[in-house]
Amino acid sequence: MAILLRRSTSVLQSLKHKLGFWSTLSLQSSGGVFGRSRDQHLVSFPYNSSSPNILWIGRFASTVAVNHLDPLPFSDSDDDQQQSLEFPGGKVTYTSEMTFISESQEKRVPCYRVLDDNGDLLLGSHLQQVSKEVATKIYNDMVTLQVMDTIFYEAQRQGRLSFYLTSSGEEAVNIASAAALSPDDVILPQYREPGILLWRGFTLQEFTDQLFGNKSDYGKGRQMPIHYGSKKLNYVTVSSPLATQLPQAVGIAYSLKMDKKDACAVTYTGDGATSEGDFHAALNFAAVLEAPVVFICRNNGWAISTNVSEQFRSDGIVVKGQAYGIRSIRVDGNDALAVYNAISTAREMAITEQRPVLVEALTYRVGHHSTSDDSTKYRPLQEIEYWKTTRNPVNRFRNWIEKNGWWSDREEAELRSNIKKQLMHSIQVAEKTVKPPVAEMFSDVYDVLPSNLQEQEKQLRETIIKYPKDYPSDVPL
Amino acid sequence: MATALRSFGRRRWVNGSVCRGRAFSTNTTCDKLIQQDNNPPAPTPKSLNLYSAINQALHIALETDPRAYVFGEDVGFGGVFRCTTGLADRFGKSRVFNTPLCEQGIVGFAIGLAAMGNRAIAEIQFADYIFPAFDQIVNEAAKFRYRSGNQFNCGGLTVRAPYGAVGHGGHYHSQSPEAFFCHVPGIKVVIPRSPREAKGLLLSSIRDPNPVVFFEPKWLYRLSVEDVPEHDYMLPLSEAEVIREGSDITLVGWGAQLSIMEQACIDAEKEGISCELIDLKTLIPWDKETVEASVRKTGRLLISHEAPVTGGFGAEISASIVERCFLRLEAPVARVCGLDTPFPLVFEPFYMPTKNKVSSSPMLITHFVLCAEMWNLELILAIYTTLVFACLDAGTGCYKINCKLLAAQKQLWFIVKSDQNVNLYHIQASKEGELGR
Repeated sequence: MAILLRRSTSVLQSLKHKLGFWSTLSLQSSGGVFGRSRDQHLVSFPYNSSSPNILWIGRFASTVAVNHLDPLPFSDSDDDQQQSLEFPGGKVTYTSEMTFISESQEKRVPCYRVLDDNGDLLLGSHLQQVSKEVATKIYNDMVTLQVMDTIFYEAQRQGRLSFYLTSSGEEAVNIASAAALSPDDVILPQYREPGILLWRGFTLQEFTDQLFGNKSDYGKGRQMPIHYGSKKLNYVTVSSPLATQLPQAVGIAYSLKMDKKDACAVTYTGDGATSEGDFHAALNFAAVLEAPVVFICRNNGWAISTNVSEQFRSDGIVVKGQAYGIRSIRVDGNDALAVYNAISTAREMAITEQRPVLVEALTYRVGHHSTSDDSTKYRPLQEIEYWKTTRNPVNRFRNWIEKNGWWSDREEAELRSNIKKQLMHSIQVAEKTVKPPVAEMFSDVYDVLPSNLQEQEKQLRETIIKYPKDYPSDVPL
Repeated sequence: MATALRSFGRRRWVNGSVCRGRAFSTNTTCDKLIQQDNNPPAPTPKSLNLYSAINQALHIALETDPRAYVFGEDVGFGGVFRCTTGLADRFGKSRVFNTPLCEQGIVGFAIGLAAMGNRAIAEIQFADYIFPAFDQIVNEAAKFRYRSGNQFNCGGLTVRAPYGAVGHGGHYHSQSPEAFFCHVPGIKVVIPRSPREAKGLLLSSIRDPNPVVFFEPKWLYRLSVEDVPEHDYMLPLSEAEVIREGSDITLVGWGAQLSIMEQACIDAEKEGISCELIDLKTLIPWDKETVEASVRKTGRLLISHEAPVTGGFGAEISASIVERCFLRLEAPVARVCGLDTPFPLVFEPFYMPTKNKVSSSPMLITHFVLCAEMWNLELILAIYTTLVFACLDAGTGCYKINCKLLAAQKQLWFIVKSDQNVNLYHIQASKEGELGR
């Protein structure tokens, strides 16, 4: 991109008196995996065509120059010399035109997709090879996630679970992004991405044990349901605070970079969390430290009851990348194939070019925020229904694999009933499994038990002996 | 800000008259130093100031562990306090580097780095600016191991931050925020008092398998000079040290405040009061046992810190020691601390827990008595000769009576307080010798 831009600015410098600004850039910027969106982005830039925007060029040049100091294109003539400012980070050209950069683009950044709403491949789509095996596994796992959500949601409603949070409507972002990654890529999830774990082989029993906080839960019953984590699957344990995982992902990516690993860090967030300071900290750190990290934002339209229109005034999240010097793409999050393509390309760029990439996946939270929420109180039922049916990512992908002859109604019925059976079984097992012993309340605060915790454990045990009925009977002492 | 501080730093260090005798050195011998087996000790310790000792520790940390990283605002050129001088040249810019100016980014990044098995040594330029990173420290670093059931940890994380008064730092270059972090299970809080301590404690903090917040007394960066062994050594965390033995009262502090407290001890000694001074070093998890043992011996406790008194860590020490040593205490636990105001610029000399505030604390020389029906002066005198602690069965009409002995004037003052009024009785101290401790 740097080369491309330098070239375009250089040409611009020499031609600006003769040619129209936009035609110059359009000529220069074509090709490349991100060329398409870049083209549209530039063409649709919302300035009055009557006033060529030199200030904007200056901005671009300085941004690029931070990483690629190269004043040559500017030093062709004395005239240019006089018109540019030597500034830390690179030269900035002067202009006598007072023009403010617009707050938005005329046209919103388009959304990359491969399949139309019926699951038909769009003409001219650049499609990466997806084998039957991968495609059916993607579909299998999307269905599994759906069934999991149904069963666990019901279990919560029956009072068997304290809490649950579904991924309904976001199955494609979950599973297809996981499919595009390598198992060595380190995942830092928010909390609506259990699909990555599923893809990587976390068993239904492992999910269920976490939800029930029993002895087999890797988190030792310390966190609320859905706070999964798995060291062996490179899935860093979920924590509730929003966006805190993003700067951590940059640190993890930096470590992978130093170790010259063929892997990147991949971190997920929702649209709401992009308002957190940590989101901005992370993007800036990742760009400056050139860390191989893929930021995936699931823009599902709603942060509990807060609509994106109350969250930010930008064109979503995708445009925020450029301000930080990060390459970005907007993708249809309900098109599993598009997600797969975009994430595998983003991953490739992140690792081979050692740079961050931002992916905004447009999707929709079909379920409530969690079992503690009733979203019909703040959004129209028709909207939910539309996304649940017309824009359903699982149905769309099923149409595609069916058209390929990779899936049938018989397989569908078998899969769903099989998953349901497994889940019922795993719930029974999880319910019967004892809770972690009370000693686990004190362990892992530090690597070893300090004296204050030893003392508190002793005191607690004395109290338990005195008032056993005050304490849950299913927690072993 | 960096520039401002550098210039004000220079002014500060040159102008010795404002120093108020802050320089502090370790009195004790080196026998507590834990020597690294594979590193032969250097024959002669070198005289170093505190920032140079920190710098030496960082050199050793980077040298001994290829997975160690040092980063933060302006650390690349050596840092505004010069603690990271020479590190980038020696170990390269990929291991020692500047970060954008964003504390939550620095600590978040550091947590991720540490989670991959690295030693992430993050610098926050001033402790006053650590608060944007509070969430990352409290909700993330501190719970990283616990919440994952020990699958993940960020034990390699050390957050360094200069803290405390510096003579002219005002609100935002002077604060002592340690108490906020002492309320957080899962992290350790360490504060050194001198160059030798700083080096050994910092190396321990960096190598400790738990996240550590390491506050450095910026007032002492240049003022405190002592012999520091050149070799790689570590000092144990969560172990307090008795740095001055005494029998009449225990004084507990940490960091720069210890130098003030030591001078108060010397003054009190002249008045015939023998003070025991303890450096807590690690604030959580703290060494209750050492403090308890000392208070059992002396019967009195005074805690002093620069941070505001209300909700300061002194309150925690006080409560814990009262729980453990109530019957042995001869006076309420005293706290001589910063006042409950924002840290004020021109009023800094008024705000600070100075030597004279410490040595004039009534708790140093006072007996406190809780007793019912104490309005009768004869009764007070009658029980006074026999009692160290009066009856605790207060019942109704219980009054708090503060009997202050002004030892120097050989006089007794009784201050009898009630809800209604305060009566002051002045008596010639004929029975002064019977007071006993």
